[in-house]
Amino acid sequence: MTLRTVEMALATPGLDAAGFPTRVPLGVAGDEPHYREDLGAERMLVNIGPQHPATHGVLRLVLELEGETVKRCIPHIGYLHSGFEKLGEYRHYNQIIPLTDRTDYLSPMANNVGLALAVEAMMSLELTERCKVLRVIACEMSRIISHLVWLGTTGIDLGAFTPFLWSFQERERIYNLQEAWTGARLTTSLTRVGGLMADIPDGWEAGLRDFTNTFPKTLQEVDTMFTRNAIWIGRTQGVGALSAEEAINYSLSGPMLRASGVDYDVRKDRPYLDYETYDFDVPVGEYGDIYDRYRVRLEEMTQSNRILEQALDRLSRLQGAPINVSDPRVVLPPKSRAMSDMEAMIFHFKQVMEGVKPPAGEVYMGIENPKGELGYYMVSDGTSKPVRWRIRPPSFINLASLPTMCEGSLLSDVIAINASVDIVMGEVDR
Amino acid sequence: MKSLSPSVPALRSEFGAAVERHQVSSGQTIAYVSRDRSHDVLAWLRDTPGQEYNYLTDVTAVEYRDPERPLEVVYQLRSLGRKADLRIKVALDKRVPLEVRSVYDLWRGADWLEREVFDMFGVTFVGHPDLRRILMWETYAEGFPLRKDFPLRGHFSRAEQTRQALAANPEAHYSLEELSLADAYGELPKDMQERLARGERGFLK
Repeated sequence: MTLRTVEMALATPGLDAAGFPTRVPLGVAGDEPHYREDLGAERMLVNIGPQHPATHGVLRLVLELEGETVKRCIPHIGYLHSGFEKLGEYRHYNQIIPLTDRTDYLSPMANNVGLALAVEAMMSLELTERCKVLRVIACEMSRIISHLVWLGTTGIDLGAFTPFLWSFQERERIYNLQEAWTGARLTTSLTRVGGLMADIPDGWEAGLRDFTNTFPKTLQEVDTMFTRNAIWIGRTQGVGALSAEEAINYSLSGPMLRASGVDYDVRKDRPYLDYETYDFDVPVGEYGDIYDRYRVRLEEMTQSNRILEQALDRLSRLQGAPINVSDPRVVLPPKSRAMSDMEAMIFHFKQVMEGVKPPAGEVYMGIENPKGELGYYMVSDGTSKPVRWRIRPPSFINLASLPTMCEGSLLSDVIAINASVDIVMGEVDR
Repeated sequence: MKSLSPSVPALRSEFGAAVERHQVSSGQTIAYVSRDRSHDVLAWLRDTPGQEYNYLTDVTAVEYRDPERPLEVVYQLRSLGRKADLRIKVALDKRVPLEVRSVYDLWRGADWLEREVFDMFGVTFVGHPDLRRILMWETYAEGFPLRKDFPLRGHFSRAEQTRQALAANPEAHYSLEELSLADAYGELPKDMQERLARGERGFLK
């Protein structure tokens, strides 16, 4: 057996008469030749995670290092596997919505919207105008908070602490709005098939308007802090780059795909919720490195802010409009009617006991989530529980490209590359 | 309601009987292709001008509640240039081993997606270079969680699950490959080496 590791002198070095240390760790002073041979000749295995702050959750990476260069990267996932897809097969369609909160828990409202849209597509339901606008607001608020978490944590990974505080401060304002709307900060369960759990409370628009007015200033400050920062540029430009062909080949989506120069945004290319009627731009990168991913996400927040402003304008014209479809098969009658009207009571009973029943068939509904294309593939056999509920998890698929991006880079770049993928382990493991 | 994708007639004229049937559900086109030609069909769809389904959105599988019905492997394809979608399904008879050609060579994105289908449904993707469990641990011995004959709480009792977790070989958290590249196998205690040599790594290998 060869000597693999260098014994480190644990004791504090003693000092000789001249004040120099008598023992220097790592064999530097002793110059014993086998130490140096050893360091170069053998590869080292480094285990990062699953409990490591820079892996953004319970991701475990096994790295094979030659010196400081990563020769191989083997990700291990599944530590947070909860079996949501299996659980969904035992639940009514509306009961699945709380499960979607817990997949990508950094953008729960957007997940809720995706699930409701999938079931509505199977049932060919036409949503009300106000519902669509409110769902757009929910999606874009989710995009902003998710990107803010990404921005803050990535900054911390690369040694910048201040933007983390700025972004979490802004994020807090959206969380307060979420709380005022749904009663929950994280497990929002906002949507129901055919509509929403609740309309926004009185005066809520003013809070969001206040946010959209002041948020660009924070983005401007982040831009000042990062975009031309020498350390930031040095750590991100040219690191973890993927070409457009590679990005498509790896089925990447969202900012990861667009940073590589592929102009694919589900909101533009397969529009839902009338996104085609909103005026916004899709930022596209050029080099596909971490810096481009940062630029894309930063610009996406600006564009989301634009969409929010337009949606608020539309909302002011839809005061008092219904948020639910008027279909008793899918929407609960008001409790007062259910207690006094026979027909309403029957619908209420069937809704609660049996749930929504889409016709036999299947649908794939993809929406543009902050992490990428979130797809819900649902197969119904006409009963109130799905035969199959498949989540197309954007961060799972984006993470699969991690070994390719890491191999050949430095160990410290692995942290930056992993941060740039923007994973959330609740969704990777489901 | 969107109608049938023009790719289906093109597929039929190219592959004939290998395209078993097609249907439109919720406005989305689904084409069933035979297991033997699935790789050819997917490669043709990716590379033929006019089809150009260059983006593999998703690979998954469906098992129906009717036990007689075959298990289906589902490929969700997209053409980024043409902005068109197509779903290809391969029906696998459950009385014979569940096997289908891997599309790893066409799309690297299929790597983890196929591993997940293998992990959850037990479908073997022939030609996949690294077909291991991905969400469940490598020594997981209860079967394939998303199969309909798999109970919601698992095959093993809670007591058995706890017993197995406590008795697990800690070195099994590393694959044999990882242990070998660290040259760590020789440094393990004798009893662990013996346990690894006996193959106490679960039923897969």
